Amino acid sequence: MSPRPAPSPQSRVSEVYPAGADLQVRVLGTVPYADGLRLQEDLVIRRRNAEIPDQLLLLEHPHVITLGSSTNRAHLRADETTRRALGIEVFETGRGGDVTYHGPGQLVGYPILDLKPDRKDLHRYLRDLEEVLIQTLADFQIQAGRKHGFTGVWVNDRKIAAIGVRVSSAWITSHGFALNVSTDLTYFDTIVPCGLHDRGVTSIAHELAWTPPLRAVSEQLIAHFARVFARHVCVV
Amino acid sequence: MPQMGESIAEGTVSKWLKQVGDRVERDQPVVEISTDKVDAEIPAPASGVLAEVKVQAGETVEVGAILAVIETEAAAGAAAAPAPKTAAPEKRVEAAERVAVSRPTAERRPDRGPGDGPDRPSVQSPGTAERESRREDGKRQAVEERGERRSTPLVRRIAAEHGIDISRVPGTGSQGRVTKHDILAFIEQQAKPTTPAPVGRPVVAPAGDVSEFWYRFYDEVRHPEVQIRDTDRVEPMDKIRRLTAEHMVLAKRVAAHVHSFIEIDFTRIDQIRAQMRQKWEGEGVKVSYTAFTLWACARILREFPRVNATISGDSIVYRGEVNLGMAVDLDPGLIVPVLHRADELSLAGLAVRAADLAERARTRKLLPNEIQGGTFTLTNPGVFGTVVGMPIVPRGQAAILGTGSIEKRPVALTDPATGADVLGVRKRAYFSLGYDHRIVDGADAARFLSRLKQLLESFPEQA
Repeated sequence: MSPRPAPSPQSRVSEVYPAGADLQVRVLGTVPYADGLRLQEDLVIRRRNAEIPDQLLLLEHPHVITLGSSTNRAHLRADETTRRALGIEVFETGRGGDVTYHGPGQLVGYPILDLKPDRKDLHRYLRDLEEVLIQTLADFQIQAGRKHGFTGVWVNDRKIAAIGVRVSSAWITSHGFALNVSTDLTYFDTIVPCGLHDRGVTSIAHELAWTPPLRAVSEQLIAHFARVFARHVCVV
Repeated sequence: MPQMGESIAEGTVSKWLKQVGDRVERDQPVVEISTDKVDAEIPAPASGVLAEVKVQAGETVEVGAILAVIETEAAAGAAAAPAPKTAAPEKRVEAAERVAVSRPTAERRPDRGPGDGPDRPSVQSPGTAERESRREDGKRQAVEERGERRSTPLVRRIAAEHGIDISRVPGTGSQGRVTKHDILAFIEQQAKPTTPAPVGRPVVAPAGDVSEFWYRFYDEVRHPEVQIRDTDRVEPMDKIRRLTAEHMVLAKRVAAHVHSFIEIDFTRIDQIRAQMRQKWEGEGVKVSYTAFTLWACARILREFPRVNATISGDSIVYRGEVNLGMAVDLDPGLIVPVLHRADELSLAGLAVRAADLAERARTRKLLPNEIQGGTFTLTNPGVFGTVVGMPIVPRGQAAILGTGSIEKRPVALTDPATGADVLGVRKRAYFSLGYDHRIVDGADAARFLSRLKQLLESFPEQA
């Protein structure tokens, strides 16, 4: 790590979008997983070059199972035939964490943030993401919390939001979180979520007697995200 | 293994992005580390050649352990020592510093701060038997890197809680140590921009231009899909249609729409038109009923500042200009050119400008600024014979006036000579005001409409 990089033309450019200033929110609708990966790669490079401010991508994926860097293949329960029948794709990704499922009704958030200079702490970043999700859920009268040693957000012993992130060499984040809003939870039967055998999953709709629209959840989440990360949501 | 967070003690090498013998550039990612739920790329601290990989993929090591050795060009040239291997000092500071700690040499720089390493690589002879002690030394250096030499654990904890990079804090203690007083003063000074706002309060929209924030968010309008039947024709929306669809959805979502109506008598206007016909014809000007209405609106909007305003976040923005939008039918499509500073124009001048804008709207020759900046809008569906409408208030405005068709109606009147009630035939029309109740109250709207009626029904001769 280089805590004090020598001044360069690059660092002058970065004054245009200094770390910790603006946050551009992009609400993208349904995005195929591969497209999401490409978009993130592109935005990470542009963020590193200070061409854009910090980003928060909010989207849904079609049915997909993604494998993190520490995935045990045995955690993929459904075989190829079953997965094909259910229309589930499988991707290996460069994020941390074990296997997870994404699909309709799940609010996926990919923050592309520059954690330099004052947030260069990976655990703090994870706890901050959890804080955003916990506060968002509280707005819907869902009491969610952390489980020590098990990153993510939990309602009792049921996981409601998964987290898996990546940090580039320049402390630019990608990947992020997946909050089950009205996710069809039966799809989780095709995997062992995050490699944890004895714990279930849940969703906002499952916890409440009604299903808030994804948009409403997004609105709350954006507000909490801006507050927890001390960012100003901006128009670019 | 660099320090990636206050509470992170170890990491697992998940993937080497460079192989031994590969050339690496400074800051280029060399290896991927995973800890908990995070994958992190570790950049090269200096340019050179990856000489040795110390930790294989899948192995877990503590913070401070040496991951690899990079041979820099400078060192490769100067390498005279036996079994020379050059560590890149800044990145794996551990490696370079190990030399300083365990083998005092001319290279020793105990006061070396973070950041002054890369151009001065040092030489080490890494005996494999030393691995354990090297780890220890590495850890110590990692701790020093974190700023322990310049601060106490208490200060570091305060810094961590507030997300402050301690190297940014000016130290006033001995040898530049950062004291508790220093860090607290720094936090106070930086409080507004760098301290994360406390969490857990009820939701309010974040700071900044809130209405723009919502617009930005709502900009992503999704129109639900419908089932398409065999006999249907499907074609993509053109730009005007798409923008109109988006604009209308957003406008309707944001503003709290209310509509009020009033009936206007055009007898006086007809009198004026009859009086002025010759003069206007001589000047080649055609002054329509719409021009009269536009002129009257422009005239009275200054008296009703809230009707010529909008809401932005927690604020009301009173517009400094009276810029009248006027909806023009393109069949198909709709566009709203803007009469800028309409209150500064005479009736005839306004009529000429309005006709010009409408004509250029139909021939698609408007300039970008001619469809922007409206502060109040007029729409006139009455020309097609409709009696009354409930228009949507455009974004960024507080109200829109819709005019119904002007038609002859039997009305109860008072004979001025006898005071008796009589039936008469008058040209009349219903006007509707659509307004955003967030800013314009019902009484405001009623006063505005009454004033408009009064002005149109006693229209001044010198307009």
